[in-house]
Amino acid sequence: MKQHILPAIKITVLTIILFAILYPLAVWGIAQFAPNKGKGEIIVYKGQKYYSNIGQSFTKDQYFYSRPSAVGYNAAGSGGSNKGPSNAAYRAEVQARIDTFLVHNPEIKQSAIPVELVTASGSGLDPHISVAAAKVQVKRIAQIRGINPARLEQLIAEHTDKPLAGLFGPEKINVLKLNIALDEMSKANNQ
Amino acid sequence: MNTEILGIIVMFTATLALALPFGKYMAKVYGGEKTLLDPVFNPIEKACYKISGINIKKEMNWKEHMVALLTINLVWFLLGMLILMTQQWLPFNPDHNPNMSADLAFNTTISFVVNCNLQHYSGETGVSYLGQMWLMFLQFVSAGTGLAAAAILFKAFREKTTDQLGNFYNFLMKSCTRILLPLSLVVALLLVFNGTPMTFEGKDQIVSLQGDTVNVSTGPAAGFIAIKHVGTNGGGFFGANAAHPFENPNYLTNMVVMFAQLIVPLAMIFAFGYFTGRKKFSRMIFGVMTVGFLLLTLPNINMETNGNPAIAAMGIDDSSGATEGKEIRFGAAATGFWSIVTTVISTGSVNGMHDSTMPLSGMNELLAMMVNAFYGGCGVGLLNFFIFIILAVFISGLMVGRTPEFMGKKIEAREMKIAMIIALLHPFLILVGTALATAFPAQGASTLNNPGFHGFSEILYEYTSSAANNGSGFEGLGDNNLWWNITTGFVLILGRFLPIIGPIAIAGLLANKKYIPESNGTLKTDTATFGLMVFAVIAIIAALSFFPALTLGPIAEYFSM
Repeated sequence: MKQHILPAIKITVLTIILFAILYPLAVWGIAQFAPNKGKGEIIVYKGQKYYSNIGQSFTKDQYFYSRPSAVGYNAAGSGGSNKGPSNAAYRAEVQARIDTFLVHNPEIKQSAIPVELVTASGSGLDPHISVAAAKVQVKRIAQIRGINPARLEQLIAEHTDKPLAGLFGPEKINVLKLNIALDEMSKANNQ
Repeated sequence: MNTEILGIIVMFTATLALALPFGKYMAKVYGGEKTLLDPVFNPIEKACYKISGINIKKEMNWKEHMVALLTINLVWFLLGMLILMTQQWLPFNPDHNPNMSADLAFNTTISFVVNCNLQHYSGETGVSYLGQMWLMFLQFVSAGTGLAAAAILFKAFREKTTDQLGNFYNFLMKSCTRILLPLSLVVALLLVFNGTPMTFEGKDQIVSLQGDTVNVSTGPAAGFIAIKHVGTNGGGFFGANAAHPFENPNYLTNMVVMFAQLIVPLAMIFAFGYFTGRKKFSRMIFGVMTVGFLLLTLPNINMETNGNPAIAAMGIDDSSGATEGKEIRFGAAATGFWSIVTTVISTGSVNGMHDSTMPLSGMNELLAMMVNAFYGGCGVGLLNFFIFIILAVFISGLMVGRTPEFMGKKIEAREMKIAMIIALLHPFLILVGTALATAFPAQGASTLNNPGFHGFSEILYEYTSSAANNGSGFEGLGDNNLWWNITTGFVLILGRFLPIIGPIAIAGLLANKKYIPESNGTLKTDTATFGLMVFAVIAIIAALSFFPALTLGPIAEYFSM
């Protein structure tokens, strides 16, 4: 063992330079050519900066809701609820979310509520909702904002991200982008 | 066919298609043949060896290999403790994260040294950027260690009779510079151009559209995430691991990192065939592993897509599947698929929370780690599988009344004893750990996030993940305390090094024996029949060892719903 200690220490130091200094520096260097220089993709709206990949909490009725989050969409941390499927307290929580949704959306039938709107995501920062989850909110938003529901349906269609290359993975909608477009639409409506 | 299923099929088949040529490349790397990257890395390596006083021409026998391996791992462990317990005072800590406590540093360092990446901290608050870079270093070299160990096995079965099995440092460096580094660089670049951060700035504060003030953690994540998958490490840069929208921003990156974690374990199987000239034997291994993999994966995709019956009973639209703990951009199918890929190979990264998967999905995740040899982690998957092969050879030999032989070498009592000890060690660590934690409710039950059977599954999962060096978790478990840090720490060490030393010892002993040419009486080990035999051995050992524990956890939960 003795004859291995010094070589082991020396090669460790050298490989640290290679893998923990030069490698990340190379990636960092190339990241300078990436969108927003590798600091996460952003959207600027009305002078405010938002991260397009980090979901935001939307609980107000005039916006499309985002999904429930175990970390309250505070991206200083991340994580899911880690509630097991059979957990009774968890089931009660989901039931309460369904009831709340029905109170705020009285014209919606219970069977139309998509499960993703009442279950928390894995990261707690999910930026997306499904198309069904957006559509089920159209009536409420149309009433509050005084916008024709057909125009909201169209807005949803415009903001639906197709599967990758049209072939792989689910369809989805970035809630932040959709809500920014919604604010813009209301503004145009009021002018 | 729907786009979610198509995505999975393409992900898997594309990786398979690339694994063949990549396996050939890896065989060349370990065989010392000329490869593409030699002009870049040969001079660098030469300089490293010269400064370190290492002569890679000096071949080692299996014992010297193990001494070299354990010594350098000890150096990494000690250095790791030092860095993680002082990171608060070291540079690159813009978020002012504190030093780790001794027990957490112990657990974290071991867990990254042994390629497990069980994380009892969250990346956002638990480590500085310097700490992250250090852990990233360990992700390279721990994967390199596993690959180097497998290369020793390769070497032992290529030569007819020898005790000269190559040089450990040579295998370690080659694994890192020719395999892990180039792949990681490509993956990291794809990540940064898809929105994964690579910055040394600290937390950012924003006001959301609705008016909430929140912080956004960022950091040098892209480089870390690339090697975490390529090296089948799995430790997340952020707490939510590959479910975090910065770590895994879209479906394309999900496919890329899925490829990244599968490619080396798959290619390693084929590399064995190319290296030893036994391609048919490689195909047998691949066949058995793939059957096992599919038997676990397909039900999980199905169960996660079908959703939680308890929620369906509430009368809402659950056509999106079991969405608790899952991200919309991946969907239930891709998350179900990932849940098995990450557990059969020892990655342990997650793109959805395993704690919230269906009871029997959880059972399959557990089974994948309990077997730990369907593909398996970088290098070590093959070593684990090797143990099952030895057992199968022995049992088949007894069944047909012949001396058990494998690749022209007699298998005798000494090899069998080692194989049995290693095969029994895994259930021993898992079951004893689980039993202890369950027996002391103050340590076990009080840290659970879910009551009843599912709570027991959380304990079982934690020890299974540790013993398999996997690193995923039923993350609801409150695991950053003395009990969990220390007990899983020891399980990690034993679950890593003994299953490396055992197979290498057997290979070394066999390599030293006289070569007996194949005759009519030789048991053929590259046939489908023998493959079936290996599969039966795996199934019987797993069933006998783990069925009672699984009955108390996931199976009972399933029937209670």
